[in-house]
Amino acid sequence: MQLTADGKLKHFLTVEGLPPLLLEEILDRAQQFVSLPNKAQVQAPLLRGKTVMNLFFENSTRTRTTFELAAKRLSADLINLDIRNSATTKGESLLDTIRNLEAMGCDMFVVRHPSSGAANFIARYCAPHISVLNAGDGKHAHPTQAMLDMLTIRQQKGDFTPLKIAIVGDIKHSRVARSQIHALTTLCAGEIRLIAPKTLIPEGIEKMGVSLYTEIEEGIKDVDVVIMLRLQHERMKSALLPSVREYYARYGLTEERLKLAKPDAIVMHPGPVNRGVEIDSHVADGPQSVILQQVTNGIAVRMAVMSMVIGTRAQGDDA
Amino acid sequence: MNTLIKNGRLIDPANGVDEIADIAIQKTKIVGIGTEIPQSFKADETIDASGLWVLPGIIDLSGYLREPGQENKTRIPFETYAAVSAGITKICCMPEKHSPIDSGATVKLIRSKAKQAGFARVSMIGALTEKLEGEQLSHMGSLKYVGCVGVSQGWEPMKDLATLRKAMEYAATHELPLFFHPLEHSLMEAGGMHEGALSTRLGLPPIPVAAETAAMAQILTLVEQTKTPVHFCRLSSADSITLLKQAKDRGLPVTADVAVHQLFLTEMDLCDYNSLCHVIPPFRSERDRDALRLAVSDGTIDAICSDHQPHEIDAKLTPFEESSPGISGFETLLPLVLRLVEEKIIDINQAIAYLTHKPAALINSNAGTLQAGKKADLSLFDPKEFWQLDVDQLLSKGKNTPFSGWSFNGKTTQTFVKGKIAYKKGE
Repeated sequence: MQLTADGKLKHFLTVEGLPPLLLEEILDRAQQFVSLPNKAQVQAPLLRGKTVMNLFFENSTRTRTTFELAAKRLSADLINLDIRNSATTKGESLLDTIRNLEAMGCDMFVVRHPSSGAANFIARYCAPHISVLNAGDGKHAHPTQAMLDMLTIRQQKGDFTPLKIAIVGDIKHSRVARSQIHALTTLCAGEIRLIAPKTLIPEGIEKMGVSLYTEIEEGIKDVDVVIMLRLQHERMKSALLPSVREYYARYGLTEERLKLAKPDAIVMHPGPVNRGVEIDSHVADGPQSVILQQVTNGIAVRMAVMSMVIGTRAQGDDA
Repeated sequence: MNTLIKNGRLIDPANGVDEIADIAIQKTKIVGIGTEIPQSFKADETIDASGLWVLPGIIDLSGYLREPGQENKTRIPFETYAAVSAGITKICCMPEKHSPIDSGATVKLIRSKAKQAGFARVSMIGALTEKLEGEQLSHMGSLKYVGCVGVSQGWEPMKDLATLRKAMEYAATHELPLFFHPLEHSLMEAGGMHEGALSTRLGLPPIPVAAETAAMAQILTLVEQTKTPVHFCRLSSADSITLLKQAKDRGLPVTADVAVHQLFLTEMDLCDYNSLCHVIPPFRSERDRDALRLAVSDGTIDAICSDHQPHEIDAKLTPFEESSPGISGFETLLPLVLRLVEEKIIDINQAIAYLTHKPAALINSNAGTLQAGKKADLSLFDPKEFWQLDVDQLLSKGKNTPFSGWSFNGKTTQTFVKGKIAYKKGE
């Protein structure tokens, strides 16, 4: 559904099922945008005259802002719609919202929505010339986040095949973890470990090609990359965990625990970071942390994806 | 008006009949079949049913007619007409949150609307608790008096087990059959699907098998204690079938049905977030579907129903999680059950039994047969007509079916309700 007949990216809804070459193309393109020395030169008018609409049905600062910057650096016209406060709260259906925005003339939707599959839904029902970029749907996927993580890992480590990667935390509710797993398996990462208490591990996830650990000390041993996930506070209320304190005591990434990983291991986090909940401040700000590099890469990856989907559009129905 | 239907293949599993014979209808009743037709019988109209099947009218244990309360979805005349077009002559209308059948007035309203329409007959399953809120008992005595054939809590939860037990005992006092959807609400979320690797991949809220089996086990414990008969509605998993079988083997007074779509679709049909496959209980694994099929073939299951839930088009035009669950099923009930015959899961007599006298027995009715003296509810069916399901051709206002494009052998051509033609193909 997200590819055109000739295998080009039309929508970016999920990493799952995309060919490795296409993921590498995204990374290569993003790397070019990163390598350009200063902003003035980054201004590439690939999206001049195109309208990008940021449709955020859920809170976001980082993702929305980096998509915004990416669109602007590619010279697109950008509209930010904070839908939580407008149409749908007045009872308008998602489909009507989409139809109305289409009628205003639009080339690309960047969508974040609390329902899994919402981006697929919009891609199915929107006008054929429009591309949909998934900026996070429910617990399903967050593909641009996964790709910016892959870019960060590649910049730090080069090849994926020898790497041992640990993803620590709330896997169950994490679209980021799901997309990272798909991206890592597609790029042939050596070993993917998930570390979490059983309440935060969803049923059947081992079928995605990962191994499960409930002890962080065991799981983190000799890994090259540690990816920490954000822990939402509402998880305590729904009886998944007893308390923040116990979570930090058992799963928090401290300097001592990080020593169990390879000495040159990198620490990643999709943000926003809960200091003292899933990660110690010294680790988050420490020399092994690449958290801010991830944010910078976010802009480049989103520019890459935007320029690729616009490219496919031109040959088809641009008349 | 007297009608003679000649040379049809009469299939009447209740009486072990499967033969080519004539059947005579006098006014509202069947007066005889074959040689038992009285000499004095004079037909005003004779129908040649050569090559056709004559089937007892189907009794569908579960249909949601949406009136009163949800007229935006559909109205009784549309749905009862859709039913007769598919050979269904009696619908058991289920209570639901927005249309709880919890008062005599509602029962009378639904009945009069159905009567006025003049298509399928409607029996009502009343609410077990007031407004289906799960706390206060409904007026079951009055509901029985106005003709409810059973009581149910629908999809709504009960406050606690004590209330459940008392409701069961009070329903038994009035000899009202109990219809339970076994579902432990605390183990599931709305908008979900079967828990497993696929729900994890799609990120949809998981509904574990335990949501069904935990509820079933609780109810079974109370059945054991109170000796109250209970019917389990719409089972979905292999483990539920195991529980059912064990209970039956122990001699507990329990029965169960399955919705026909559960015998065909699985969780895999949801893999593109197809909201048309959003049902409660959810489609489960292939193993579960096969267990349900086996339970149908070995008779562990007592009836098959459509669980007809018509929706307005917008109810499904949303992301999966927000879509309304349910399938518009009247018009695919008989065709799908006959497909089980084609697939050699059951034979034709079993198939018809699951749709006629067996569900009738569950609502304490002896209908669903072609016996002399019974109400003339029957249909003619052309087994040779090959057709493909086109949603725009559905007579129900609910176009929400995942079976669009499926092809079937055989179609209902004419349906009689109380001796009158309620449906004739092409008219």
